[in-house]
Amino acid sequence: MSVPQASLPPDHGVLRFLTCGSVDDGKSTLIGRLLYDTKAVLADALHAIERTSRQRGLAEMDLSLLTDGLQAEREQGITIDVAYRYFSTGTRNFIIGDAPGHEQYTRNMVTAASTADLAIILVDARKGVLTQTRRHSYIAHLLGIHHLIVAVNKMDLVGYDQSVFARIEADYRDFAARLGIGDVRFIPLSALTGEMVVERGERLNWYQGPTLIEILENAPAAHTERAEPFRFPVQYVCRPRASADPELHDYRGFMGRVESGQIAVGDIVTVLPSGRQSRVCAIQVGGVDRPLAIHEESVTLLLADEIDCSRGDMIVKADEAPSPVREIDAFLCWLSETPLSPARTYLLRHTTREVKARTARIDYRLDLNTLEQGTATTLDMNDIAHLRLKLAAPIFPDPYADNRATGAFILIDESTNNTIGAGMIG
Amino acid sequence: MFERISTSDSLGGHDSHTSRSLAPYAHKPARTQARPGERHARLSRSPVQALGISHPRTLSHLDWLESDAIHILREVAGQCANPVLLFSGGKDSICLLRLAEKAFRPGPFPFPLLHIDTGHNYPEVIAFRDRRAAELGERLIVRSVENSIARGSVVLRHPGESRNRHQSVTLLEAVEEFGFDACIGGARRDEEKSRAKERIMSFRDAFGQWDPKNQRPELWNLYNARAHQGEHIRAFPISDWTELDVWQYIQREGLELPSIYYAHPRRVVRDKGLLRPVTDLTPARPGDRVEEVRVRFRTVGDITCTAPVESEADTVEKILAETAVTTITERGATRMDDQTSEASMEERKRAGYF
Ligand SMILES: Nc1nc2c(ncn2[C@@H]2O[C@H](COP(=O)(O)OP(=O)(O)O)[C@@H](O)[C@H]2O)c(=O)[nH]1
Repeated sequence: MSVPQASLPPDHGVLRFLTCGSVDDGKSTLIGRLLYDTKAVLADALHAIERTSRQRGLAEMDLSLLTDGLQAEREQGITIDVAYRYFSTGTRNFIIGDAPGHEQYTRNMVTAASTADLAIILVDARKGVLTQTRRHSYIAHLLGIHHLIVAVNKMDLVGYDQSVFARIEADYRDFAARLGIGDVRFIPLSALTGEMVVERGERLNWYQGPTLIEILENAPAAHTERAEPFRFPVQYVCRPRASADPELHDYRGFMGRVESGQIAVGDIVTVLPSGRQSRVCAIQVGGVDRPLAIHEESVTLLLADEIDCSRGDMIVKADEAPSPVREIDAFLCWLSETPLSPARTYLLRHTTREVKARTARIDYRLDLNTLEQGTATTLDMNDIAHLRLKLAAPIFPDPYADNRATGAFILIDESTNNTIGAGMIG
Repeated sequence: MFERISTSDSLGGHDSHTSRSLAPYAHKPARTQARPGERHARLSRSPVQALGISHPRTLSHLDWLESDAIHILREVAGQCANPVLLFSGGKDSICLLRLAEKAFRPGPFPFPLLHIDTGHNYPEVIAFRDRRAAELGERLIVRSVENSIARGSVVLRHPGESRNRHQSVTLLEAVEEFGFDACIGGARRDEEKSRAKERIMSFRDAFGQWDPKNQRPELWNLYNARAHQGEHIRAFPISDWTELDVWQYIQREGLELPSIYYAHPRRVVRDKGLLRPVTDLTPARPGDRVEEVRVRFRTVGDITCTAPVESEADTVEKILAETAVTTITERGATRMDDQTSEASMEERKRAGYF
């Protein structure tokens, strides 16, 4: 259906990232700066914030107003929840997950981090690495974000002093090594004046590295850094039931998204949980054939044999199938105002599969400030714990550290239908 | 490009700075699972890879957005018993139809199409709507605000009032009439500030109300579209698309649009920075200076409150060129009723507006 376009600039797809920082570290200003300097802010939005800045008696335009959220929050003067922002550099599209830094909003950061490939951790140059910095880094790491950028902001307020930056970098490296955080970059900047965000500016010449936007443009895309096994949770089965049409008479298309790995026509696959094997005889999008599909592509698979397969099943390659488990050990972030009740049965959603789950035991609850493990018999909103769940039927997970799509699950309270827990297997 | 700062075993624990690793996944592996290494040791290369046939390592941004939207559409189809797709004849919902084709063909759509007709439409849009539904061979349901007015469920403050806000009543009546448990719409988060926090699957109570404080967290791509009887979900598959993405997709897919999206001559009045079209429904007022200007519409909606922008762009390519350097957000330029209050969209959403 698509017409290939010649002479277009290279397209590096979409990068999703998360910004985190304590209150007043300059997160809103930084996001505003990114949007403003990449020309993602349009005239009427600018006029609105110019007007507001003037009303508030500010000397300069307050870019943080660009990311202002809902009315109720504006009245309270705080941001809750996750807001998503968009900008493009022409070669790459960016989706920012913007979660507030308040201590009590762990769940928002967990939510924003769950879909991010990279996190920007904001540090105020005057304050250095804080408890909040550690907490945010830990959560980003727990949520499987492999690339962190430590942005040392407000360099203008410390006279653009290299030694301040170097000290923060050393402090952070020390802590990151203990966390097992792999890939970190450090960048000095001023969100207010824009230095090293999109433009290099003049006053940070001692810093030789790339600007923030250059780091973002060149950061590795998800799924590109190592070979991953093929995972295809079935979302929907297409049976046109067009009896009169010989082509479609027996059509059974298994629809889903390639969560990881890739698949080609001719590959031998196993359908889980049945364990039945078959061969991929066609890969289609909108009824049009293609030879293969890669990670993140939504396609329809047709199999050579008539096999039972429905929503909740998973198609994998025959030689790299995960094993069934009826008990999982996992990190769980509690999202609900109603505490976890170990006596209750919840619904667990893993890929497209739903099973009943009950707490077998809570190993420990994490104190996110000290990262100490403490005992717990229940979990409150924003708690993160490690626990064991017993399942009423098997699921086929990978460890979250290996595969986010097949290592993650949510818990649902069937009485309210709310999403109450976010889990990472491992 | 990212430096590795830990030279020790990736799970930490051997670092000289500490006796205890803080790494989250460093504890013993789950008893019930194989160690990751064992499981993935046999990772094979697919035949195509082995043959060295090149393929893209990442999807282009349009392919990624398309794939994401298809995934969301299929989640609605997989989780909801009786969904419906809102089709207005506007460009965003035209994209939704193409996405639904890619998601569900060669099968039929697992949902009918629904248009909430304000009765204040440009005839080109209605003709287009009917033709497109017929081409697709899908069922189109039309419910009109006129009927809600006749029934007494919509009361206009004055006869010429914009019917945009009243669409929500008619929509809820249709939801109840057909028992829909999910309405798929083409809203985008970049349209307006108050939408930036909107969920992809947004929960509405039995009164169709949206409560910003009572929305479900959305993690990974594990969407929760569950609803009790009488409640429903609004699903927004192109939440993460920008206006530019939409136009690029229209171009790439060669999608046909109602003609009013392209530059055409139209009689308008310049009014507070906006162009007010002169139509049967919105005749010139005393003292108006009516001019003929070349314009195009950036959204199609209620005639009484949808303003065109001055433009010479009569092809998708020209519109794209304009959009890339455009200086006014879509709604700011064209929705006369939005100008009253920055928060007006949020107020309408609370009341069940789409
Ligand atoms: N001098 C200076 N001030 C900054 C910088 N970044 C942000 N600020 C100011 O710090 C305050 C808090 O910024 P804001 O973006 O609202 O912080 P948030 O709470 O993290 O979103 C505001 O007054 C900003 O103008 C910077 O780089 N330099």
